[in-house]
Amino acid sequence: MMARPPNLRVIPGFDTTLGLTLALLSLVVLLPLAALVLKAAGLGVAQWLAIVTDPRVLASFRLSFGGAAIAAGLNGIFGLLVAWVLVRYRFPGRKLVDAFIDLPFALPTAVAGIALTALYAPNGWVGQFLPFKVAFTPLGAMLAMVFIGIPFVVRTVEPVLQDLESELEEAAACLGASRAQTFARVILPVIAPALLTGISLAFARAVGEYGSVIFIAGNMPGVSEIAPLLIVTKLEQFDYVGATAIATLMLGLSFALLLAINLLQKWNRQRMGAAS
Amino acid sequence: MSNHPAIRDPAWVRVALIAAALAFLGLFLVLPLAAVLAEALRKGLDSYARALAAPDTLAAIRLTLLVAAIAVPVNVVFGLSASWAIAKFDFRGKALLVSFIDLPFSVSPVISGLIYVLLFGAQGVLGPWLAEHDVKIVFAIPGIVLATIFVTFPFVARELIPLMEEQGRDEEEAALTLGAGGLRTLWSVTLPNVKWGLLYGVLLCNARAMGEFGAVSVVSGHIRGLTNTMPLHVEILYNEYDFVGAFAVASLLALLALVTLGAKSALEWVHRDQLAATRRH
Amino acid sequence: MSGKRFPLLLAAALSLAATSAWADEAKTLLNVSYDPTRELYQEFNAAFAKDWQTKTGQPVKVNQSHGGSGKQARAVIDGLEADVVTLALAYDIDAIAEKAKTINADWQNRLAYNSAPYTSTIVFLVRKGNPKGIKDWDDLTKPGVQVITPNPKTSGGARWNHLAAWGYALNKWNNDPAKAEDFLTAIYKNVPVLDSGARGALTTFAQRGIGDVFLSWENEAILANREFGDGFETVVPSLSILAEPPVAVVDKVVDRHGTRAQAEAYVKFLYSSQGQEIAARNHYRPRDPEVAKKYATDFPSVRLFTINDVFGGWQKAQKEHFADGGIFDRIIAKK
Repeated sequence: MMARPPNLRVIPGFDTTLGLTLALLSLVVLLPLAALVLKAAGLGVAQWLAIVTDPRVLASFRLSFGGAAIAAGLNGIFGLLVAWVLVRYRFPGRKLVDAFIDLPFALPTAVAGIALTALYAPNGWVGQFLPFKVAFTPLGAMLAMVFIGIPFVVRTVEPVLQDLESELEEAAACLGASRAQTFARVILPVIAPALLTGISLAFARAVGEYGSVIFIAGNMPGVSEIAPLLIVTKLEQFDYVGATAIATLMLGLSFALLLAINLLQKWNRQRMGAAS
Repeated sequence: MSNHPAIRDPAWVRVALIAAALAFLGLFLVLPLAAVLAEALRKGLDSYARALAAPDTLAAIRLTLLVAAIAVPVNVVFGLSASWAIAKFDFRGKALLVSFIDLPFSVSPVISGLIYVLLFGAQGVLGPWLAEHDVKIVFAIPGIVLATIFVTFPFVARELIPLMEEQGRDEEEAALTLGAGGLRTLWSVTLPNVKWGLLYGVLLCNARAMGEFGAVSVVSGHIRGLTNTMPLHVEILYNEYDFVGAFAVASLLALLALVTLGAKSALEWVHRDQLAATRRH
Repeated sequence: MSGKRFPLLLAAALSLAATSAWADEAKTLLNVSYDPTRELYQEFNAAFAKDWQTKTGQPVKVNQSHGGSGKQARAVIDGLEADVVTLALAYDIDAIAEKAKTINADWQNRLAYNSAPYTSTIVFLVRKGNPKGIKDWDDLTKPGVQVITPNPKTSGGARWNHLAAWGYALNKWNNDPAKAEDFLTAIYKNVPVLDSGARGALTTFAQRGIGDVFLSWENEAILANREFGDGFETVVPSLSILAEPPVAVVDKVVDRHGTRAQAEAYVKFLYSSQGQEIAARNHYRPRDPEVAKKYATDFPSVRLFTINDVFGGWQKAQKEHFADGGIFDRIIAKK
């Protein structure tokens, strides 16, 4: 890519579009989030720390973040698999399956939670055949988290797989690489950034998930209680400040994660750009 | 594609992978949807139709359509302008800006509702001023619209940014050098290049706008027939032990999403040559 | 979509958003209530509108909002313009009076019977034939008995459940709070799921088949028997709490809406014999002695204590039992 001094812009509209972007972003996202931080700022640091290090809060963070990590990992594996199958293979019903992927975006989370609970409860269609309990355990929470995260990995990996030059694979095959080697050494490095983005988006979404999880998790404090539920619990006691303390911590962690991914992507693009 | 023998997977690998993918999707996606449909149709098609024709249900459907009709265009405007600014120009703090745009993906719906209450609620920062001027935001339609825009904020932008980045700036620069104006360039050069991404972003944004539950639940006030969207109405019916009604409305949301996504697939198929051309450009 | 139309579209969208707060039609009341009163107020609102129309010649429409009692109170505090609140416990209305100051602090003295026009109590819903032989509160502590109750932090009904058990234990062990705490710890040990609301908990019990006994509002137990077929029966414990769900007019809102007359008539109508009949038909215990006598067979006699007698009122009970670090938190930590 040609290095271009920033003051020599041919394309117009920078001020307008960036202005509009920042204006809408501030109005819809930043200003309301500032209200949250402002509310939490009413607490001193010591008090804030005391709230977020309460054993119950810590346990809920362990479930929300730990569960989300496992769910995102599962989504990474199966999302890659689904994307691979959808892009590489032709089989009847492929288009239909493709259309199904986005269902978790459209189905209200509460409905998803109710449906999953009905399926995986001990008397449900699936639950009755399982030797262990899923609904009303932390496992149930993870199940809901997997559900809502499915589209992220599939949809980020799909286009990259589609654009993957088959020449590379052919070259690898000609040089005597096995299929597995080609996958690990040629394909995986190319799709890794997209896969990572998908996994982290699925993770970030699962951390904050509330609507579907509360139906299936069982919500036992310290065991199957997620962090967003604790926020709601605090609110129910009219403890706004306590609720915002937990909310700001969740927000900070999510934002740090997203920033890390976006910086990583930028770095990756630069590296790839420099290489080509 | 993969019909070249050197990079073709053996049949047993293909079958095993397809089976595994379908099993995963079946267990996690198809079965829940089937459960929703089974509950909705438990008492037959008549009950299903009656449930959907109830006045409060119709009011919820109208409200949901209204909210989507406002939220989606706003997000299209935002998505186009954000992706233009981010993809066509270099400036400092880009990663930060993109992270802020992504943020609504990862904010818990509970928090996304709460922030509007903290800002516009009666005890909120702007609450007293709003009350003085008799402007209602939370517990009325503007609050529902705002919360919906918030949760769907990244969809269009996220879809367009990588696409526009990949396509670079050469075509736009050429058009501009040939004397086309900025808007003309956007309309006849950029938009045709990104229209599939835009369409997909709009569909997702729309599906999510209609399906959002958590954030909207916090700012709605749950007034029957007035501030209940379809997902909230599902919860209400469910809590009234009207399972047929609840799942009928839920199935309508799911079907709506499947139909729009199916329509997109069909459109893509019809225009597949053109699509291949833009992808390979 | 043309580039030129974007600003227009945006302007249209924003102006639509700004003006679409619903129009204030003739006279409309908003009753913000808790979950299990849906059926009650559906019937009552129609009766009230008819009564008001015949008495004054004016039409009136009542809108309803339902949800968890605490969540609803919070919405009212944050600006949901309820003309009337009908919640699960006095603490929630106190919170509105205290934090939003939209209800006068003396609200509970403005209507008869502590502003609670109907009452209920806490009973047990068990599976058909009562296979675990559950007769009284003691049976809930037995190993192998699974108890379903919602989370008292988020559910008003669950707080009544908790306090009913506590009152029973105090009565049994001579007002020894340590014994009562052990008793409740034993009960909560048997709780496998804490749903956020009473209706969700009942669904867990009835639809998902979890648990042997469901601690329930009496009216919900009767409703469950009707809604979920005959798979259940009700067990009435030897001692329970008199649950008094209160009602109040939201002063600041009715004055701004000009609906004070309608709102006050609305809550008073709850005390009328017609209102009391509707409450009784929807399985709430009526206050009116005449109506109570008429429906006596529907409501088994139970020895009842009040929250004021045993706990010194809701403020105190809330603070001791359900605040952060309170008895409930201690019990859960011990589990």
